[in-house]
Amino acid sequence: MSTVTQTETDAALRTRALESLLIEKGLITEDIIDEVVEKYEKDVGPLNGARVVARAWTDPDYKRRLLEDGRAAIAELGFDSAQGAKIVVLENTPDVHHLVVCTLCSCYPWSVLGLPPNWYKSYAYRSRAVREPRAVLREFDLDLPDAVEIRVWDSNSDLRYMVLPERPAGTEDYTEEQLIPLVTRDAMIGVAKIASPAK
Amino acid sequence: MTQKTDKNISTLEARTALPRENGELVFQAPWEARAFGLAVALNEKDLYEWREFSSQLASEIAAAEQNNDPSSYYARWVASLEELIIAQGLISREQLDAKTAEYASGIHDHHDHHDH
Repeated sequence: MSTVTQTETDAALRTRALESLLIEKGLITEDIIDEVVEKYEKDVGPLNGARVVARAWTDPDYKRRLLEDGRAAIAELGFDSAQGAKIVVLENTPDVHHLVVCTLCSCYPWSVLGLPPNWYKSYAYRSRAVREPRAVLREFDLDLPDAVEIRVWDSNSDLRYMVLPERPAGTEDYTEEQLIPLVTRDAMIGVAKIASPAK
Repeated sequence: MTQKTDKNISTLEARTALPRENGELVFQAPWEARAFGLAVALNEKDLYEWREFSSQLASEIAAAEQNNDPSSYYARWVASLEELIIAQGLISREQLDAKTAEYASGIHDHHDHHDH
């Protein structure tokens, strides 16, 4: 649609104009913007969260600290919370499944998961996750038994959530390093479980 | 709310879901990356609190969805940034309009296609 294209062109021009004016005023430099973009394109992503999860699965003391104060325990591994937000880590169990959403916009634990996927920002997910979480999870191919309680957590700019998924069966002998690649972004949002590794 | 919702949320994007690496594609166009970087960098320079940006973004999104406005996430992001920067008095709407017009005319000089 041409109106959508026009909006996109306008937004691109507006961005360029904003950047150039702010640079002219000495409020920001091109290098600082480059640095931020590069950081989020290359360094910050769900692999950080996967490291946190694998550590929690293999180190009970770390897990206790993580559940007590997510932000501090995550910082122990060198990942600083973006914008100083608190991070609460929610532990999934066979009886309770946690699901994270931001109903108003797109708040998300950047430092451990990177930037959110498009579906997380979509109207469909934001409006339905709270109202009908079971149906939403089924669309992610996660069919939870009725006996499992689903708790939905609505994020905001000061308080962000990350799910600690259940450690899959069949990984009892795995080392922390071997566990890291099993952990998926979707499991840390709560729309997936982590599958047992193929034999 | 009358906006049509997708029956299947998980197919809204291709299944790029596995975080095997940290180098996932997060921006659809270069200007989206600039808009993102700009908002975060200004916050890091303490020109506003993140919650101020976040609440402006939530308002933009709510307004767009109520009006069935098909604008993209980053178009709303830039609109939020613009409002916040102007409200903070960092630049004026007039300055921004003038600069945008400058760039717009530059583009029309290079690409000679008017759609009317």
